[in-house]
Amino acid sequence: MPHAIGPAVKIDTARGTFNVARRNFVDPGILQAEHDRIFDHCWLYLGHESELREPGAFLTRAVGGRNLLFTRDNQGKLNAMLNACPHRGAQVCRERSGVAKTFQCFYHGWVFGTNGALRGLPGADAYQPDFQQRPETQMTHVPRLECFRGFVFVNFDRDAVSLEDYLGNAKEYLELVADHSEAGMAIVGGTQEYAIRANWKLLAENSFDGYHAATNHATYLDYLKSTTGGLVPIALSGTGRALGNGHGVVEYKAPWGRPIAQWIPAWGEEGKARVDAIYQKLVERHGEARAERIAHSNRNLVIFPNLVVNDIMAVTVRTFYPKAPDLMAVNGWALAPQGEHADDRQARLYNFLEFLGPGGFATPDDIEALEQCQAGFSNMREAPWNDISRGMGRQTPAYDDEAQTRSFWTEWNRRLFGDQA
Amino acid sequence: MSHKTPLTRSDIEDFLFAEAELLNTWRLPEWLALFTGDGVYYVPSTDVAPMASPENNLFYIADDHFRLSERVKRLMKRTAHVEFPRSKTMRLVSNVRILAQSEDSLSASAAFITYRTKDAVTDTYFGTHYYQFARDDAGLKIREKRSMLASDGLRAQCRISIII
Ligand code: FES
Ligand SMILES: [Fe+2]
Repeated sequence: MPHAIGPAVKIDTARGTFNVARRNFVDPGILQAEHDRIFDHCWLYLGHESELREPGAFLTRAVGGRNLLFTRDNQGKLNAMLNACPHRGAQVCRERSGVAKTFQCFYHGWVFGTNGALRGLPGADAYQPDFQQRPETQMTHVPRLECFRGFVFVNFDRDAVSLEDYLGNAKEYLELVADHSEAGMAIVGGTQEYAIRANWKLLAENSFDGYHAATNHATYLDYLKSTTGGLVPIALSGTGRALGNGHGVVEYKAPWGRPIAQWIPAWGEEGKARVDAIYQKLVERHGEARAERIAHSNRNLVIFPNLVVNDIMAVTVRTFYPKAPDLMAVNGWALAPQGEHADDRQARLYNFLEFLGPGGFATPDDIEALEQCQAGFSNMREAPWNDISRGMGRQTPAYDDEAQTRSFWTEWNRRLFGDQA
Repeated sequence: MSHKTPLTRSDIEDFLFAEAELLNTWRLPEWLALFTGDGVYYVPSTDVAPMASPENNLFYIADDHFRLSERVKRLMKRTAHVEFPRSKTMRLVSNVRILAQSEDSLSASAAFITYRTKDAVTDTYFGTHYYQFARDDAGLKIREKRSMLASDGLRAQCRISIII
């Protein structure tokens, strides 16, 4: 139990305030507790099915403080293994991705199948006859691996609830993304790998914070106004929703173009014809109301603790892990319909880069904001509280309120401090 | 049309050193004028093939000329928060090589190290710039600048808020 010096979260319904202790962003004891009580027990995003297409395809990825080897074995089944040799611990696979028939540990030469089973070892006659068949000489699998609509998650807690139960109300929003295309969705080549010198929870808050756009992203909004033909005349408006289990979403209308499927003048008449056809297809498959929602609303979704799926001017999938209380590693990917028209794909990726990522017109200013918050927290002894009360009295929270952020912190507090919180 | 003398490495070095000076001193509109009217600027992500296309791969930066001029506009504003107050930058350009040239075009590569200091933290960007130049009687203009990072992503640098 982390040593509590006063409450981590302070809620006063009478005064309509919800406060978060700045200590939560700087205390190494809190970070250790987060590893023990959050990252070791929550479902964590590993990757997307589309990243491993053929038998033998593999990739290595850091998830929840572990180094994982993610494979599609020669039976076509997905595996997530701890990338540590059962012999003496070396990382068995040292490549980022590829296609393999087997993996050979370079240290003493043990050979494993794509499902982690020991296939052979030099000088096998020096061991007991059944040595190769023993469970402890096989690569260790992550205790749980489950998929939902192409999104693959792992859990290091064997006794965790099922992925679907964990996702709960968030499933609806992942389905809206998965339903963009009947051909299925796939991760586009190229990963944005960066870092932010700030506590990881600041990025969870920021990823579905509708309140900061006008000031923090003033230059992005200026940019949108100067694009050919400007924007479609749609004002930012919408709602925020706490989804339970710490998940949350904001869903809103916005003036930017969406390849699925909101046209802007910059895409020209040919672009309009394609966007109209995509919309028509959505109506056929899902009916008018759902098609309208898929095509014309934007969604910033945070799945507790650290998966972001933003279905906005492009679709981004993002994870972020603490390296220290004041440092996180961030991965960003673009998700897109398989077989999308080349011009739509290009528009999508340009949309993505205009806003998103460490070289975009918006994300760098988010990074700056988070790092400035972290710097501000040096003053926490005299200035100890963050406020996330916006919209607390409202029946239906707006997209620029903080209901979804309160949902995150309520679950965080429950996981760290239990009912005594 | 007159035959032009082939350009030498020191001609290209002069151009690149002058470019670095414009960037180091935040004279970005003048830097933008080094490009052709359709000149582009790319910084690929570091896990794609060397000459990957930004049309079907996710880059860090893939600016067509319009977006590049908007990037310059943005960076000159106080509301480009990540560069307010402005960072101090220093660009070293070396290992310059002419890869090919004709009467009206030239391609070259150069190794770079770019330092960016803000709030007493210094980040280092390094790799290779690939240039495609257009050449006419007035001289050289950049048609494409592709900056290939030699780091593993931007794990150490966090962001790419300047022109490297
Ligand atoms: S550590 Fe892998 S074979 Fe020895
Ligand atoms: Fe933002």
